Parts: sequence; C-alpha cells; structure tokens
Amino acid sequence: METSKYIKKKEQAFTSTRNACKQCSPLGSSLAFKGIKNCIPLIHGSQGCSTYIRRYMISHFREPIDIASSNFSENSTVFGGAQNFNISVDNLIKQYNPEVIAISSTCLSETIGEDVKKMISEYKAVNKGKILPELIFASTPSYAGSHVDGYHEAVFETIKSLSENKESNDIINLFPGILSPEDLRLLKEVFLYYNQSYIMFPDYSDTLDNPSWDEYKKISDGGTSVEALKRTGSSKASIEFGYVFNSSAQTSRIKTQVAYQTAAKYLNEKFEIPTYSTGFPIGIKESDAFFNLLNAITGKETPEKYLLERGRLVDSYIDGHKYLSGKKAFVYGDEDLIIGIISFLSEIGIKTVLCATGGESKILQSALENVLGDRFNSEMIIGSGMDFESMGAHMETYQPDIMIGSSKGVYLSKRHDIPLVRVGFPIHDRIGSQRVKHILYEGTQELFDKITNALLEKRQDDSEIGYQYM
Amino acid sequence: MGTLITGRVGHVVTKGLDTHDLVCDKPSIAGSVSQRACVFCGSRVVLYPIADALHLIHGPIGCASYTWDIRGSLSSGPELHRLSFSTDLKEKQVIFGGEEKLYTALCELIDHYKPAAAFVYSTCIVGVIGDDVQAVCKKVEKEKGITVLPVMSEGFQGTKKDGYKIACDVIAKLVGTGDDLPVQPFSVNILGDYNLAGELWMLSEYYKKMGVQIVASITGDGRVKEIRNAHKASLNIVQCSGSMIYLAKKMKEEYGIPFIKVSYFGIEDVSDALYEVAKFFKSEQLEEKARQIVIKEINQIAPQLAEYKNKLQGKKAALYVGGAFKAISLVKALRMIGMKTVVAGTQTGNAEDYKILREICDEGTIIVDDSNPNELSSFVKQTGADIFIGGVKERPIAFKMGIGFCDHNHERKIALAGYAGMVNFAKEIYETISSPVWQFVKR
Repeated sequence: METSKYIKKKEQAFTSTRNACKQCSPLGSSLAFKGIKNCIPLIHGSQGCSTYIRRYMISHFREPIDIASSNFSENSTVFGGAQNFNISVDNLIKQYNPEVIAISSTCLSETIGEDVKKMISEYKAVNKGKILPELIFASTPSYAGSHVDGYHEAVFETIKSLSENKESNDIINLFPGILSPEDLRLLKEVFLYYNQSYIMFPDYSDTLDNPSWDEYKKISDGGTSVEALKRTGSSKASIEFGYVFNSSAQTSRIKTQVAYQTAAKYLNEKFEIPTYSTGFPIGIKESDAFFNLLNAITGKETPEKYLLERGRLVDSYIDGHKYLSGKKAFVYGDEDLIIGIISFLSEIGIKTVLCATGGESKILQSALENVLGDRFNSEMIIGSGMDFESMGAHMETYQPDIMIGSSKGVYLSKRHDIPLVRVGFPIHDRIGSQRVKHILYEGTQELFDKITNALLEKRQDDSEIGYQYM
Repeated sequence: MGTLITGRVGHVVTKGLDTHDLVCDKPSIAGSVSQRACVFCGSRVVLYPIADALHLIHGPIGCASYTWDIRGSLSSGPELHRLSFSTDLKEKQVIFGGEEKLYTALCELIDHYKPAAAFVYSTCIVGVIGDDVQAVCKKVEKEKGITVLPVMSEGFQGTKKDGYKIACDVIAKLVGTGDDLPVQPFSVNILGDYNLAGELWMLSEYYKKMGVQIVASITGDGRVKEIRNAHKASLNIVQCSGSMIYLAKKMKEEYGIPFIKVSYFGIEDVSDALYEVAKFFKSEQLEEKARQIVIKEINQIAPQLAEYKNKLQGKKAALYVGGAFKAISLVKALRMIGMKTVVAGTQTGNAEDYKILREICDEGTIIVDDSNPNELSSFVKQTGADIFIGGVKERPIAFKMGIGFCDHNHERKIALAGYAGMVNFAKEIYETISSPVWQFVKR
C-alpha cells in the first residue's frame, strides 16, 4: 500500500504542537485506576497535574473525581519526594481508608529520577505489622506517549502487581481499553447473557457514572475488586481489545528495549493464560469477531438477543445507505478507537478521507490495513502524532462531509460548517459523555443513527425548501 | 471536626466558635485533594486573555492540553490566545535538552501568526533539564524583532498564587514600553478582570458613560499595545486583587500610579467601584454621572431582585472560590437577595481578606482555606446548605449531595458582574434551587 499518504509529525509544517489531539500519560493511568474498587489515585508530582486532570475528567464524566497529589515543592524537586510520598500515603489512608492507593508518576518526578517502587517498599518496611492498602505504581512520564499509553501502563502494572496463579477457574479476563462507562456496562451484559463468569478491568462503569447519592461518598461505588484482580492470574482466557495499545510510549522512548506489554500478554507469559486480541468491537465485522471469539472460548452460541440486535442493525444499514453512500468522513482520536470507527464506516459506504491521532505508535497504518483488508482506502490521509491545527489544514483539501471524534474538534466543525458526531474522550460540550455507546451491535446502532441523522440534519438545514420527509 | 487531616485544622474556622487566626498562604498538604492548581496555572490564567499574543508552553503536552481554551475570556478582536501551543517535549529533549526545539517552534509560530508579543511558559521539567529559556527568548526577540517574554512558571515552585506574581512581573516588563496611545485626563487601567462572559465590556460601558477612559484592561480582552501604554493612566482599578495586586503595587512604585481595590460583584460593590473612581478624580461631574448610572441601573433591576429575594429568603449558600476578595463580595450579594452564607472558602485567599471575610460573615459560618472535596462535602452536610457556588471541580460535590450549583468561575457563560449580572446571579441561583429535579433526591 505504498500509495497511502502517511503523515508523520516531523513532516508537518510546525515543530510545535498546536491544539493537541491527546492528553498526558498520568491522565490515562488515573482513568484506569478509577476502575479499581475502593481505590484512590495519587499523582506523584506537582499540585497542578492532579487538579488539571481532575478538572478535565470532571468536565467529561460529571462525577466527583478525587485524585490526590504529593504536592512537590522546590525542596522535593531538589532533594527528592520521598517525604512527600510518605506523608501522602499516610494522609490518604487516614482520609479515605482505601483498599488500593494507585500511584502515577509525572514528567517531573521521572525526570528527577524518583524511584517510586523503592519508596513503596520502604513505606511497607517502616509500617510493617500494620494492615496497609495495596500500593500500585505506574510509570507515566508525560514525555513518553499519551494518555492512551498511561492507561495501558496502569492496567499492566495493576495486573502485574496483583495477579496470582491459584486454582484454575472458568473465568474470562477482559481488558476493554478506553471506552465509555456505558460501553463497559454493555460488555458486562454480554457475559451475563452468555452466563459466563468474567473479570473486566478496568471497570469504571459505576465509579465514573454513579447514581445519585443519598450520602456523600468519599470513594464512588464500583470498580474491579482487589480479590478479582488477584484471580486474573488463574483465569482460563484473556480477551483484550486493541491493536495498537501502548506502542506509542515505546516508540517515543529512546531506550526502546524497555519491555512494554499489555496486561493480557503479561498473564500469558507469566501464567500461560491464553490471550485473544481483537479490535474495539465497532461495526458488524469487528463485533462479529468478538462474538465469534466468545463462542469459541465458551463453546456457546451467540445469544438470541445479539442476533436480533445484529439483524436490526443490518436492516438500518439498508434503510440508511442512500443517505450515506459516497460521503466523506474525517475521523480522529485514540488509535484503537478510530480503527474501529473506520472499519464500521467502511461497512456503510462512508469513505474515510482523513484520519488523525495524537498517538505516535507508528503502527496505525499497518493495523488499519490488517483490519480493513481490501476495504482499506489507499487514498486516505493517515495523520500520526497530529494536532488539530494540522488537521484543519488537511480539511481544506479533502472537504469531508462529517467529522467523528472528541469535542475538541468542535472549532474545526464550526469553521468548516461540517457536522461533528461526538465520540470517545473528551466530550466537554455535551451532556451524557459517560453514556455514549460505541461498541457491539447496540453501540454501532447508536453511532449509525447519529451519523445518518447528522447528515440528514445538515441537508435539511441547508435546504431552503424545508422538507418534511427526508 | 473529624474529617480534617493533620495540618488542616488551622485552615478552618467557624465564626463564633473558634478563636484562632485562619492559616493561609501555605503550600497544600501532601496527599490532599486540593482544589488548587500550580504555579504554571496561576501564570497561565492571568496572561491567557492577552488576545494578540502568542502563548507557547514549553514542556510535555499535558500543561498545554489542559489549558486549551480554558477560560471564557472573550476578545473583541484577535483570538490567538484561544490556540494552545506546546513544544510537546519528548524523552529525547528531556535527556539532550529542549532549547533547540523551543527555538525552532518559537520562530515558526512567530513567522506564521505574527503576534504582537510572545510569552514562553516554563513547566516543571524545564528548569530540571537545564534549558536556558531566557536565553532562547532573548535570541528570538533579537532575530524576530518582537518582544518575547519568558514566564518562569515551573509548577512545583509554590502555589497558584506565586504564579500570579510571576505573571504580574512579566506584564510589568511590557508596561511602560509604549507611548502611542493618547490619554485623557480621567484615565484608568482595569486590572484583574478577565472578561468572562463579556463582563469587562459591561463595566467599560459604565466607565465610558461616566467619561472615564480605559487605557488598558489587564488582561481581559487584553492587547499588547494597550499594556505597553498602561503607565500613562492616572489610576489602577484592581478587581480580583489576589491575582493583580502585585502589578498594582509595582506600577505604583515605578510610575506613581495609585490603585484602588474594587469588586464588580453585587450591587453594593459595583456601585462603590464607580463612586470610588469619581472620588479619586475629585470630580463632581464624574460623581454625578456615577450617581445617575447607579440610580438608573438599580431602578431597572430592583423589581426583579425583590422578586428573587422573596423567593430565596433564608436559603443557605456554601461558596468556594479562588480568592477571598471575591468571597467577600459574594457574601454581600447573597445577603442582598435574602440568603445566608454558611460556608465561605477560597483557594488562595490572604490574611487581610480573610479577616474582612470573617468580619462580614454571620456567626456559625465556616471559613476555610485551601479545602478539598472531603471537607467541603462535610461542611455542606453540617450546615445544610441549599446551594454551592464554585467552579467545575465543585459542581459534582453539589450535585451528588443533591443541592443546586452556580458556576462563578472561568467557565461561566452568563455575566455575573455589574447590575445586569446581579440579576443573572439571582436568577441562576433561583433556577437551580427551585428545579423540580431535587424531588427525586434524598437529602
């Protein structure tokens, strides 16, 4: 596929990043840690990191998001942050009484060479005899990769530090990747319909979308329990969603020998638990792949409910196809999410002319080629490590009919008068971000309806006639 | 108060119960979930509204990503401030230095966007990796012929308030470098209004009607040229004193420009803000015009306010805002619509303002410095507040506790300053408190 226009950051006109299409690594790790039951995340660095990340996540999830900070000062930067670390852990235990304190590093603590793992073992040694929460650490310097990499690093480190190989069981581990709380609920429902026990991690379906409370809770209900996380080492199989995972952190590092792994691959190497990787189940083909995988692992058949959903989805594809054929899309966001969306768009006659991500895995194009096969559009511009201003410049050339991505592209949508269908993270300008469905037949149905209706609405708005039937 | 962790006790007083002075102006305690941000944030929010300047953030991506279009600071012209520029440092630069990347990035951006000046913000790791940002700025300034100012705002250096000071020092470098704006006898600068929801425009209108010229608004709807000429004004009017008092003091020292502290929130305070200016210029004409404006505006809104007061009488508010000066105004404004402030807290209030806050609050009011969600939620519960007034980070606390919320921070889209703003404020409070949704929540 030599003809495809693969654009790397260095080939862009600007050295700087102008309106980034990514967030930093500790945001991703904190998101993953929010999926642990009774856990308080701690960011080892300056105060601003936790506050900014909290504010950014609160604007999306509209939930209380407590993330503590070890509050580096000038002194801790010069002499090290061990004292701040110890005080932080003490204070968190006192305030929150958590089962887990999940620590992320920052660019600052990494640059000054903080050894957080050593701090953890020293803290444990000093407090020997006391019942302590689990202390988990993910190395998440923001100069290596993006929020996506921080997320996967946190998932990997959590599993690495907690998983145990005991008596083997009939459980399937599921590592879903960055999806909405509603998506996670859809996945849990699948396992219910299969009557199959599972451990999903991270599970922030409740912690980041809690019901209204009668009493204020210091830590939101929900999340994957420590006990379950321990059991992941004895499961019969692991499923992970994604093709790219945290490969950006690897490519942006100088020492590429740093072994980056996913949680599922770790469990496979350590405890020989079979790992099945499949893409984000968006669209019919990628959803089929997931259900086929489940059928193969469980020896069961796709439950009737999903066959009906699939049938209705196909029916709607047919109903809507005339509104969609030949339309051009611009898709941006996290790499694994956009792979799923582009695959889905290729099923309904929408041509993706431009896809862009802040990630820099260097494997986005090959992943797209593998997933799409002969559906791969070799004319498509693939922007890796791309920012919104560069995307804007390409939009002039390729004139898409619709944009699909986070709310951060809204200014381009306004500037070019192109409808935007909001998916992924963040969605800061609409309500219900935590309930956006992206996956399985049901989520695809929602996406399909949104995209088709956005195009219809545009057509209706642009027309002077004011058709009552579209 | 069982919820307080060690070291936090002094930061909370209940008026009438506690006798100790409120502890403030301290770094946040390690392991707390402080609602404060960092030094960088302080500098960034102050300089951000300067709309024709380039704002380049030197560091890894996070700091730029989280501050992209972060404030609703409106501009009547250029909108360069709404773009987020970052050097997006990677491991390579962390090891080998980021000066070269900064230099190239800066030159390209200046060539392309032709800004009136450039600000380069240092983030946490910049000092640690040894980049000489000042030298790069100087070099580019010389080559490109525009002012390039380093903002040494490494996050760990202190609190958000230290960031304000750093930003003020940077602005002070611009002040006095221009002499190309004609200045009238009654001329002022407005310091510390950030033109959220176009509030500055409302206030400017009052002053213009009085016959007062605004030389520079620092920094709401800010322009480099105006700031360069700011030394030519006769008076500095300082709102949001927490962020801008340093600049006011500095301009007094350097240019002999006196300043007055004002607030534009609430009828009392906004009226004072107009009268004080007239009084300063010792002009009967100004005073008369101020009086006309005040009477006209108050007459216009009085019936609506009376109606809201009727409906809101006796309701209790918890407020948690940036600085104590704003908290003082809010306590007064709430009182005017019949409401009682039961919790008044701020991120970065100073001793002087806290003293006044304590004086004007009712007995039993909890006053708190640098609080966190655990404390705030327990205060709300303890006091039975009906509404929380704060920013985005406080919103979920209010909603999860089943009480109303009013955004009095960066993200507000409705003007809350001035006379019309007072009505908007009352309306917003009434609407959230009286919404039918609360019937489904147990409180």
